[in-house]
Amino acid sequence: MSVVVAGVLPPFTLNLWQDGQAMLSYDFMRQALLAGTILSIVAGLVGYFVVLRHQAFAGESLSDVAFTGALGGAVLGINPLASLLVTTIAVAVAMGGFGERLRGRDVAIGTVLAWVLGLGVLFLSLFTAQASGTGTGFSGVTVLFGNILGISTDQTRAIALISALVVLVLLLIARPLLFASLDPDVAAAQGVPVRLLGLGFMVLLAVTVSEATLAVGALLVFALLLLPAAIAHRVTTRPAWALVLSAGLAVALTWFGIGFGFYTGYPSSVCISLLAFVSYVVVVGSSQVGGWRGQLRRTLKSPGILNGRARN
Amino acid sequence: MPIFFADTLSPSWDLVADIQILLHFHFMQNAYLAGTLVAITAGLMGCFMVLRNQSFAGHSLANVGFAGATGAVLFGIPPVVGLFLAGLLAAVGIQTLNLAAGERRQSDIAVGAVFTASLALGFLFIHLATAYATNVYNVLFGNVLGISDTDVGVIAISTFVLLGVLLFIARPFFFASLDPDVAAASGVPVRLLAFGYLVLLALEVAVAVQVVGVLLIFALLVTPAAIAQYVTTRPALAAAIAVALALLFTWMGLAVGYFTPYPVGFFITTFAFGTYAIMRGARFIRQRAGQRHHARPHLWRSGGEA
Repeated sequence: MSVVVAGVLPPFTLNLWQDGQAMLSYDFMRQALLAGTILSIVAGLVGYFVVLRHQAFAGESLSDVAFTGALGGAVLGINPLASLLVTTIAVAVAMGGFGERLRGRDVAIGTVLAWVLGLGVLFLSLFTAQASGTGTGFSGVTVLFGNILGISTDQTRAIALISALVVLVLLLIARPLLFASLDPDVAAAQGVPVRLLGLGFMVLLAVTVSEATLAVGALLVFALLLLPAAIAHRVTTRPAWALVLSAGLAVALTWFGIGFGFYTGYPSSVCISLLAFVSYVVVVGSSQVGGWRGQLRRTLKSPGILNGRARN
Repeated sequence: MPIFFADTLSPSWDLVADIQILLHFHFMQNAYLAGTLVAITAGLMGCFMVLRNQSFAGHSLANVGFAGATGAVLFGIPPVVGLFLAGLLAAVGIQTLNLAAGERRQSDIAVGAVFTASLALGFLFIHLATAYATNVYNVLFGNVLGISDTDVGVIAISTFVLLGVLLFIARPFFFASLDPDVAAASGVPVRLLAFGYLVLLALEVAVAVQVVGVLLIFALLVTPAAIAQYVTTRPALAAAIAVALALLFTWMGLAVGYFTPYPVGFFITTFAFGTYAIMRGARFIRQRAGQRHHARPHLWRSGGEA
């Protein structure tokens, strides 16, 4: 990739329109933007529920599981996407089976994750032993960090298909899932199949994470899954609005990140993740500053309030 | 390495001879020393991690070590220092974001955000540094056979620091972990302790990375403590069991990894997870049996009432 960046690419000018056109004149950039957009929308939508349900750990674990699954597939000579999907869904169902309670879940996920990582180490050593000598195109580092600029047309098509399916199912179960996520006890009392919805959502999460991990790497998946949704969750409490905002933010971050990476030569997954992190910190920080200001104003006005209360 | 166990040093059923073979080489002695020290602290730290439901924080801080190690390579500082600095920064980040976001409990979002940033930075550092793949794999998965005498010294000192601090804060920290509200009301500095624990975790990770790597230190932290929690509710006993199990898994993993061509980390995690699975399975079966045992009189009684 660095070879391409070396001298062929156009320099950044202040004419943004022209810059955009220059960027889109490359086929790999069009692919990257297309795939990035699709993945961002799915990750933004699924991510909102991840934030609501406090399942960030599960989401992160699944991308590590995807790493092991892909390596295992490579060792056994199975199609990576198939082995990835099977592994992540199996682990997701196991995690979903641990139940809705936060308490035991955390430890159980951690224990499974630890073992899956150990398996990953074994597969990695087997894989490097098999492919010793040759520079492995399918290295563990690629799976962990990915390369969105290297997506092929076939991969984009697979991503589009799977993503459409995930979004469709998610929209179908969105309403009861929201209810079950916000108040599982009441939802269960109302006859909503909370347990089943939880399992279903874990499977959706697994599918999202595995298709995205193969394309863009575990790092970027988790950034897009968690941070836009976390920002949206802070900004608004209305679920529909938050879902739209989360997907929109994810897309915007991806575009900015890819563009920034294109013109600076840094890896785009790093650009997108750091951009997302900075946005989250800014949003949290600004609301914190707003809170302090409000507190200050209240303290300054407090004699008035006290007087008013006394008069009443 | 394969040259050593080609034919002269293969395992037999004579355990004493096996152990002699195992500890014959200086690097294995160092590996056992370092592994033992790391396992003791990991078992203890893990108890609190499981108690506080902070597995995600532990996993993240371990992964932050990745950014620390690659950054250390880039800036030319000793790896242990880089690792600890990165962990310290991450602990500060998690704590600040948590407080700023107004979360009462430790939230998974703050941890996740810091985790993302650290992974991204780690990758950026790799991108900038040219020393590439082998170092990355050593950081991720550890290089137990390459531990020098200096490393053992550093690990020993950090272990004593860790143990000292942990013993000093154990009692109030246990209180604060079990019931933060009551602890805060009775004057225990809950926030300070939570932050201090993250810093200790960062130190633990920095020390342990060379033995088991950032991906697998987590296994020594979480699994022995999770098993101990299953076995007993008494804190001191749980800590002892966790430490004993961590030691056992590490020793067995090192031994089996030495006699086979597969990585040590895989064996350590597999022994740990296998034990955990057996514990859970046994408990499940016992509960089932217990239910069946109790079911009959209970049903009969409720039937009588109806």
